[in-house]
Amino acid sequence: MSEKDMNYKVSQMLKRSETNVSNAKKSFVRPEDEEREVVAPDGSIMKVNPIYDYFSGKRPEEEKPKNGIVEKFLNWARAESIWVLGFGTGCGSIEIPPLVTPRFDMFRFGVQMRPTPRQSNAFIISGYLSVKTLKRVIRTYEQMPSPKYILALGSCTINGGMYYDSYSTINRLDKYIPVDVYIAGCMPRPEALLAGFMKLKELIKAGKAEKANEYARNFDEYKANQKKIIKDWNMPDYNW
Amino acid sequence: MNEILDKIKQKYSAEDVKVQRTGLAFVTVNKDVALDAVTWLRDYEGYSHFVMMSCVDWIEDGKFQLLYLLHNPVTKTDVGVKTLINRDNPAMTSGHHLWKQVWTYQRELKEAFGIDFPGSPRVDENFVVEGWVDIPHMRRDFNTKEYSEETYFPRPGRETHDPATYMREQLYPNQPVTAKRKDNDK
Repeated sequence: MSEKDMNYKVSQMLKRSETNVSNAKKSFVRPEDEEREVVAPDGSIMKVNPIYDYFSGKRPEEEKPKNGIVEKFLNWARAESIWVLGFGTGCGSIEIPPLVTPRFDMFRFGVQMRPTPRQSNAFIISGYLSVKTLKRVIRTYEQMPSPKYILALGSCTINGGMYYDSYSTINRLDKYIPVDVYIAGCMPRPEALLAGFMKLKELIKAGKAEKANEYARNFDEYKANQKKIIKDWNMPDYNW
Repeated sequence: MNEILDKIKQKYSAEDVKVQRTGLAFVTVNKDVALDAVTWLRDYEGYSHFVMMSCVDWIEDGKFQLLYLLHNPVTKTDVGVKTLINRDNPAMTSGHHLWKQVWTYQRELKEAFGIDFPGSPRVDENFVVEGWVDIPHMRRDFNTKEYSEETYFPRPGRETHDPATYMREQLYPNQPVTAKRKDNDK
């Protein structure tokens, strides 16, 4: 890199850091997400608000169960295809890869990994969650289609575990998003994780895994708790 | 190594020169000449590799101690240049022009200890935590347990036991505690 390029890069960096300082005083919304007017290709001026243009601001709604046998059939089908989002949040995510190997083989239970939240209905919170990660977790969880299930792995999600006095990790996951199954241990072995899946299947078949509805019902409470710790809230309230 | 230390003593009136072991020495210099000493070590004495930069909070003295650790790849020796800065409104001359890695270290120190490095690129951006509004979290007067209890809904029922005492109470509840055992428990 020539000296001229280097100087240019430094000046751009400095400029960016100045913008960030001025923005920090106003709000945490990034400059590219701010509400503003832009000129369209045909010359007309239009207003854009990226945060709300790209996401629906609609609140989540409760889905009432269908009547009788239909719901039972649906629950049986749901229990047999649990598609897990491949998102490791903490140290526990290292326990998930063995499940895909022939030794533990989670595919025989109808459990498989998916790369995007739009295709998955189960989310494994694997271990400690820092506030920074929680923000991403909420955003991802809300993008998953209902009915959706959460498995919380390890003691960190239950009561903070060994990070109970940390300034940056949360203590109780169920205050921020509803949890279907807790799998205790530090760390739980893959067998424990499989047992957790079996428990989740039982709950789904019994019609008790209705946490997505609970999230919709107590939406304001969950949002208040989330916003209490995520100080730089620069995303829409509901990210669907 | 000793020649270099003598030179630093003469040129930058370094105090507290300490040879930790063969090939590792620390010197403490005044805040105003600390970066001069670092630059001199880099350009004239071959300490061209910047290992790291860190900070120690001496809360009792009201000081932050900055450390620049440099390595000479030819002689395989390290020199740490220490300097003390005031704990109230801490600020230090930025060394971002010396090595590019210094940008990141200074950004980290700004977030963790609140030390300002005016002019350092991107120094005000988030480094690890996002949206932090409390006092910098690595300062010793920040009580992390208290903060966690106030902020993160501690689950009631959490207890801590000393493993030795607890197991003895569980396994041998009637056995008297001897003097030797008492010592061991300490």
